[in-house]
Amino acid sequence: MKRMVTPLVAWTAASALILFLSLTQIRSGNAQAPERVIKITAHKFAYEPDRIDLKVGEPVVLELTSKDVTHGFKIPDLGLRADLEPGETARVRLVPEKVGTFEFYCDNFCGIDHENMSATIVVHESDAQIEN
Amino acid sequence: MAPKIDRREFLKLAGIGGVVFASGIGCSVARNGVSAATSDNEDFYFVQLSDTHWGFVGPEANPDPTGTLPKAVAAVNSLSVQPDFIVFTGDLTHTTEDPRDRRRRLGEFKEIVSKLKVQSIRFMPGEHDGSLDKSKAFQEFFGPTYYTFDYRNVHFIVLDNVSDPRARLGEAQLQWLNADVSKQNPNSKVVVFTHRPLFDLYPQWDWATTDGSQAIDILLKHPNVTVFYGHIHQEHHRMTGHIAHHAAKSLMFPLPAPGSQPKRTPVPWNAATPYKNLGFREVEADVNHVKYDITEYPVVRS
Repeated sequence: MKRMVTPLVAWTAASALILFLSLTQIRSGNAQAPERVIKITAHKFAYEPDRIDLKVGEPVVLELTSKDVTHGFKIPDLGLRADLEPGETARVRLVPEKVGTFEFYCDNFCGIDHENMSATIVVHESDAQIEN
Repeated sequence: MAPKIDRREFLKLAGIGGVVFASGIGCSVARNGVSAATSDNEDFYFVQLSDTHWGFVGPEANPDPTGTLPKAVAAVNSLSVQPDFIVFTGDLTHTTEDPRDRRRRLGEFKEIVSKLKVQSIRFMPGEHDGSLDKSKAFQEFFGPTYYTFDYRNVHFIVLDNVSDPRARLGEAQLQWLNADVSKQNPNSKVVVFTHRPLFDLYPQWDWATTDGSQAIDILLKHPNVTVFYGHIHQEHHRMTGHIAHHAAKSLMFPLPAPGSQPKRTPVPWNAATPYKNLGFREVEADVNHVKYDITEYPVVRS
C-alpha cells in the first residue's frame, strides 16, 4: 500500500506545482496588462457616456462620479453594483468574459425619470469590431 | 343563536335574487367582523388597490389621470358585499421633487379615499411616495411605514422596501421581521403586504428588493405565508418555496410584462378599450384552508 501512496503523492505534488505556476502566470499576465480607465458621469437622469464599448478579456476600471444626487450603478448580468455619491469616485474593475450587450442602470431612486436612467456596455470579440 | 351566512352563500343568494343586493343584508354581512355570530375562523375578504400614482401626467398612458382613482373608489363602494378592510400597496402618489407638491398630492389622495365606504384602510408607501424623503411626508399623513396587525386568525405584516432609495428593507427591519415571525404559532396564517417584489422578478427594471432574499429566508421559516404586492402594474404570480407572491394591477397605467421590451415604458392607452389592464382585486381569505381566492375587477365595467 505504501508503494502506491508514494507515486500518488509525487503526482499530486507535481500537479499542484504546475497549477501554481499556471495561476502565477495568469496573475502575472493580468497584472502587467494596462487597465484602461473609463470615466462615467451620472446625473439626473442619464449616464455619460451612455454606451461603453469593451473587448472580451480586456480589464478596465470604470470610474463613476455623480454630478448631483446619490445615484446607483448596477449591472445585474455581471453581478456588479456601486453607490455613486456626489463628490466621490466609485471604481469598479471589470474583465468582460463574454460578448454581448449588458444594461446598467440606476438602482437608487433619484427622481421623476429615475426609471429611465440606464446605459449599456457592449462587449466585442475584438478591437476591430469596436472600431467598426 | 343567529343563523350564520357566509359571503359565498350571500353572493349566491344575491346572484339568484337581485333584490337581496339592494337590501340591508349586504351591510350586515359586510360588517360580520363585528357581528356576534362570527368567529375567528370565519372567512373574510379584503380589497387590494395599488399604484394609484396620484399626480401622474401622461395622456398617452392615461388621459384620465384625475378620474381613474375616483372611479375605482366608486367601483369598490358598489361591491355588493363590502370588504372587511382595504389595503393600498404603495405608490399612492406619483413622485415629485417638490416637498410641498408631495404633501399636496398625499393630501388629495387621502381626501379621495376618504370616500370609501369601508374606512378600515391600511397604507404603505411606494418609492414614488417615499424614496426621496425617506417617507417623511408619507408618515405625516399615514403613520408608520412598516407594522403588523391581526384580523381574525390571520397575522398581517406590512413591509417597507422603498423608504431606503436603494430598495432595501435594512438590517433593523429585517431583525424586527425575524422577531415577529419567530413568535408566530406555526399553525397561524401570515400575510405580507409590501410594495416591491421581495424576490428578483426583473432587477433590470428595478423589480426587486435588494435584500429581499433575506426577508424571504425569514418568512420561509413559517409554513403559511402569502405575499401581496404592487409596483409592477400588472397581475403576476410567483412561488418562492412554499410562499406565493401576488402582484396587483395599477390604477393609473399598466406596465409591460417583465423583460418583454427594451424599456419599462407604460403600455399606451387604447381609446377602444379604455382603462384596460387597470383595476383592483378582492381577496377572499378561506381561513380554515389557508387559501386566498383572488378576483380581479376592472375600474369600470364595459
